[in-house]
Amino acid sequence: MSADIIALIVKATGQTLYMVAVAGLIGSLLGIPLGVFLATSGRGELFAAPWVNKVLGAVVNATRSTPFIILVVAIIPFTRLVAGTSIGTTAAIVPLTIATIPFVARLVETAIREVDPGLTEAARAMGASPMQIVFKVLLAEARPGITSALTLTIVSLIGYAAMVGAIGGGGLGDLGIRYGYQRFMPDVMAVVVVVLIVLVQLVQSAGDRLARQFDKRSRPR
Amino acid sequence: MNMAVLRNTATTTPQVLTGNEAAVPEAANPMVVFEGVAKRFAAGKTGAEVVALNDIDLVVPRGSVTGIIGRSGAGKSTLIRLVNGLEKPSSGRILVDGVDIAGLDEKNLRAVRRSIGMIFQHFNLLSSRTAFGNVALPLEIAGMDSQDIEERVAPLLDLVGLSDKRDRYPSELSGGQKQRIGIARALATEPKLLLSDEATSALDPETTRSILALLRKINKELGLTVLLITHEMEVVKAIADHIAVIDGGRIVEQGPTFDVFTGHVHETTKALLGGLAGMHLPEFLTSRMSQRPEPGSRTILRVIFKGENATEPMLARLGSDLGIEVNIMAGAVDEIAGRPFGMLVVSLRSEEAKIAEARQFLANHGLSSEVVGYVR
Repeated sequence: MSADIIALIVKATGQTLYMVAVAGLIGSLLGIPLGVFLATSGRGELFAAPWVNKVLGAVVNATRSTPFIILVVAIIPFTRLVAGTSIGTTAAIVPLTIATIPFVARLVETAIREVDPGLTEAARAMGASPMQIVFKVLLAEARPGITSALTLTIVSLIGYAAMVGAIGGGGLGDLGIRYGYQRFMPDVMAVVVVVLIVLVQLVQSAGDRLARQFDKRSRPR
Repeated sequence: MNMAVLRNTATTTPQVLTGNEAAVPEAANPMVVFEGVAKRFAAGKTGAEVVALNDIDLVVPRGSVTGIIGRSGAGKSTLIRLVNGLEKPSSGRILVDGVDIAGLDEKNLRAVRRSIGMIFQHFNLLSSRTAFGNVALPLEIAGMDSQDIEERVAPLLDLVGLSDKRDRYPSELSGGQKQRIGIARALATEPKLLLSDEATSALDPETTRSILALLRKINKELGLTVLLITHEMEVVKAIADHIAVIDGGRIVEQGPTFDVFTGHVHETTKALLGGLAGMHLPEFLTSRMSQRPEPGSRTILRVIFKGENATEPMLARLGSDLGIEVNIMAGAVDEIAGRPFGMLVVSLRSEEAKIAEARQFLANHGLSSEVVGYVR
């Protein structure tokens, strides 16, 4: 394998990491609050707003049911508005982020809903405000679940980032298609796949370790 | 003497929980007052609304331990949640230390809640926080800085006997220890009222006893008013000065514990007290008992001892003073709110006139008696 090819692989790995990191960060920053809201805005809940809850739930479902590659091309005007261009790695971050927000939101919603309602009641009985309940009880208690949710999000993002070659986003997936498949270079394809596998393994085991560390619910002694 | 059925349930009653005649509550200035409170829940789309509580008038004397006892579904949980505003009444007023809870906005309600501690059946401790962190939580919520929190939490852990567990997580603690942390947490903001929602229902009898002893200690030493709900007669019998019996969303009886227990009239009270010392006659008596005296039959008398009289050797004096032979058939001595309560079933071999004389003698010494039947 020539030095050029190796340089390409390194560059593509960097692009993938860049896209995953930025989309993961922004997507989580927006997705976690959305997930908390979805979990607490039902009828009779902390921030009861049943209609807003229903509308947001529908939007989340719509976004999640749109195939990612269709989402990428469907929001090109929006991408151009935000990133100034509709092609390239930075532009690819826009659809990746848009796909990440509802993904994170649903997973966080599930994690929050698993928190014992008795804890919310206890906090209310102590005179906690709704925001104190969110930060001191819900997010604190759901931390293992949210950590697992974000791990899953990053793993999925690594996969999604392989599709943005369609709009010139680059990255490992793009490299695999253009060199490995279209130029008949199976060794490049193999390296791409191995690098992806290693990335996913690293993220997954780090996430698992972190989640375990946060989880104080039962510790074998 | 035939003492086959004599049992002494007092030995299974918590020992530390002594009587409370000394702590006379300030009747004029109660801690909690319910005035004509009703709570209705809107039912589903088809059904009618559900009446959880109806026409509740209840007084929790300041400084008392007041127990509300009822079956599950009687409305106990709703009732206790009205006190700290976790539920809103449909009508009526709930005054806590003179403040109408239902009339408060969210902000003021939160302030009042900080003066009311609450403990729960399933403890409701945060699994992500250590014992220390859990006790610190209400203080953080109240906006206290970490230095003051440290100073406040340490003595509380000491009070509940868990100083050595401060850095343990709830999953590393036993049920009794968790409830102790729950109690320390409830006391953190130095409340004037402690609400206990079935706090011992998930605990074994021995742990229950130690938790009740702790609650009693807190009541005595900190002068904290305790309002507890339970379905366990043993709990109210052990620590409550006052009780209210709730059934079908209504208070059917309330008053000083000893009076309610020993004078129980209402069906629900009877049902809940079914296990109280010796209220059932033993089988060997009922099977051969008749309701009419026959020549040579013996009279079966149920003698009820209340309070101090229980310790007086009245039955022995029946023999020595009146010359009546007394045979003990069954009996039990129990302790209610720290006062002894006993019941003895005795048989007397004597003629009617002498029996009447014996009953008069007992009545003169404050013991009530009833003829339950005759045995040959």
